[in-house]
Amino acid sequence: MLGITLGVIIGVLPGLGGANGIAILLPLTFSMSPTSAIIMLSCIYWGALFGGAITSVLFNIPGEPWSVATTFDGYPMAQKGKAGEALTAAFTSSFVGALFAVIMITLLAPLVASFALEFGPPEIFSVYFLAFCSFVGLSKEPPFKTVAAMMIGFALGAVGLDQMTGQLRLTFGFSELLSGFDFLIAVIGLFGIGEILLTMEEGLNFRGNAAKINPKVVWQTWKELPRYWATSLRSCVIGCWMGISPAGATPASFMSYGIAKRVSKRGKFFGKGEIEGVVAPETAAHAAGTSALLPMLSLGVPGSPTAAVLLGGLLIWGLQPGPLLFVEQKDFVWGLIASMYLGNVVGLIIVLTCVPFFAAILRVPFGIIGPIILVMCAIGAYTVHNNTFDVVMMLVFGVAGYVLKKTNYPLAPMVLAIVLGDKAEEAFRQSLLASQGGLGVFFSTKLVSTIMVLGLIALFWPLIQEFFSRLRSSRVAT
Amino acid sequence: MSESSNSAGGAGPSHRSVEIGVALALALLALIGIIGSLKVGIGWGAEGPKAGFFPFYISVIVLISCAVNLVTALREFTGRELFAEWGQLRQVMSVVIPTTIYVFAVPVLGMYVSSGLLIGVFMKWIGRYSWMLVLAISVGVPVLTYVMFERWFLVPLPKGPLEDWLGL
Repeated sequence: MLGITLGVIIGVLPGLGGANGIAILLPLTFSMSPTSAIIMLSCIYWGALFGGAITSVLFNIPGEPWSVATTFDGYPMAQKGKAGEALTAAFTSSFVGALFAVIMITLLAPLVASFALEFGPPEIFSVYFLAFCSFVGLSKEPPFKTVAAMMIGFALGAVGLDQMTGQLRLTFGFSELLSGFDFLIAVIGLFGIGEILLTMEEGLNFRGNAAKINPKVVWQTWKELPRYWATSLRSCVIGCWMGISPAGATPASFMSYGIAKRVSKRGKFFGKGEIEGVVAPETAAHAAGTSALLPMLSLGVPGSPTAAVLLGGLLIWGLQPGPLLFVEQKDFVWGLIASMYLGNVVGLIIVLTCVPFFAAILRVPFGIIGPIILVMCAIGAYTVHNNTFDVVMMLVFGVAGYVLKKTNYPLAPMVLAIVLGDKAEEAFRQSLLASQGGLGVFFSTKLVSTIMVLGLIALFWPLIQEFFSRLRSSRVAT
Repeated sequence: MSESSNSAGGAGPSHRSVEIGVALALALLALIGIIGSLKVGIGWGAEGPKAGFFPFYISVIVLISCAVNLVTALREFTGRELFAEWGQLRQVMSVVIPTTIYVFAVPVLGMYVSSGLLIGVFMKWIGRYSWMLVLAISVGVPVLTYVMFERWFLVPLPKGPLEDWLGL
């Protein structure tokens, strides 16, 4: 309950997203038992997913990157005085998307995990390879910028003690760098501070629409929604697929919106306040956000920055995410999955009943809420290691995040690389050790070569796509 | 980076120069990475690849992609597009500068006092609120934080002279 309410507030506030909200609150949960801590955090995650929709519909300000597509039709609906319908549609379809993904996790995760138990270092590395390659291939940012951001992430992750040889590296004698860069600090800085700076630059004019949700509106919208079952189902599938391959919720919501626009009979009305245009991106975003937890739990590869932060939390609690989790910590895993079902239902009820309250938070001027968010970020950064140097690093990451975001460098792969850097490197070096230095080990068995080839396809996906479309157009021409 | 553009609607640094600056800065980081890796050894040691092996190749990849990004920036941007207007950057700096002072004040004054000061300065300077409101929030938030963190979650935050004096 508390987690979800906190989560919605986090989702509503500019500059506090799911990833850095969880990063800030993570240190607070260290004293709890892992199961109740992860339930609290996953509730915050839900809340943030729901909260993003409120700001997009009422204020035309996406609280989260994945709710950008929701603004296209959600805000026009609110302007027409149909804010209640838009919000109900958004919440309900998020609920449906998330539920679909949770059911999928329940059914698939144990299977994937038992399959992954057979993995050796080369296979593990190949899974990481696939994850990072799909980032390069699927992201809408220029591929070389994605590569640069990602590799900087790996380099930052490599600073400090080398886990295999116990040697210090890249510290240049600074004792502050002994333990390396913590990804939590990076997340709080890059997403939190960076976002505040962006908000400042864009100027602050929150002109919101009033929202009245009463049971009648909810009921009427619900009666209308089953008509869009096809859109909904399609968006679920898109979302799950994009969530498991770490493309994430943002591209999923755009893709789903785009396809719905093309397929729908009323496609030409999209952008003017069509309820289907709210259903499609919301369903996909939540299906993606939820299914991002599947690879995190079963393979130890998070599908989104927020999942990466959750993964970091698991590591701190001494739980090793990955296939073994399903064998050794059964209670924990099923507790988490059960909490997903519960959190989803409770979240839906809370957001439906408390919209006016959350909208009121948004009307608090940025001059007040801005510095409070800054202070929360600083406290969050400090409590990670009880170290004031981390607060300074947070600011450095924040300014870097602002500039990088403005110049189109994607931040998500950078964070994933910082989190996974050590493990990817370990798997890589262990494989090389086994093969005495030959790269052939990554193509030695059927399984590992299949995953590697998939990775390469993902890496060069834009090129392949272009090749095919050229082929097609030349055929048309002849 | 003081190329100004002459298009209407205010001046500011061009997108192109910032783009180039970022590529160069990342390349510098990559060079530092390469030097650091060479120091610890990038070859093959007794226990397999040495500590610098992985970061070395990572940094090389960064360097290569920076080169590509640099060329793209030079080719694609004409220097007319603005990164941001000076007025917007001033807004951004009005957050960055107080926050910079804040992060260095935390070890000296403690988390609570400096947070209160940051909120107060921010509200008065940027929000131009009345003293009453400024005072209420800049004292209220640290007190609330204190109760929540030290009492409820038992997480100690850095304290300064004021807390010593109050004997907390």
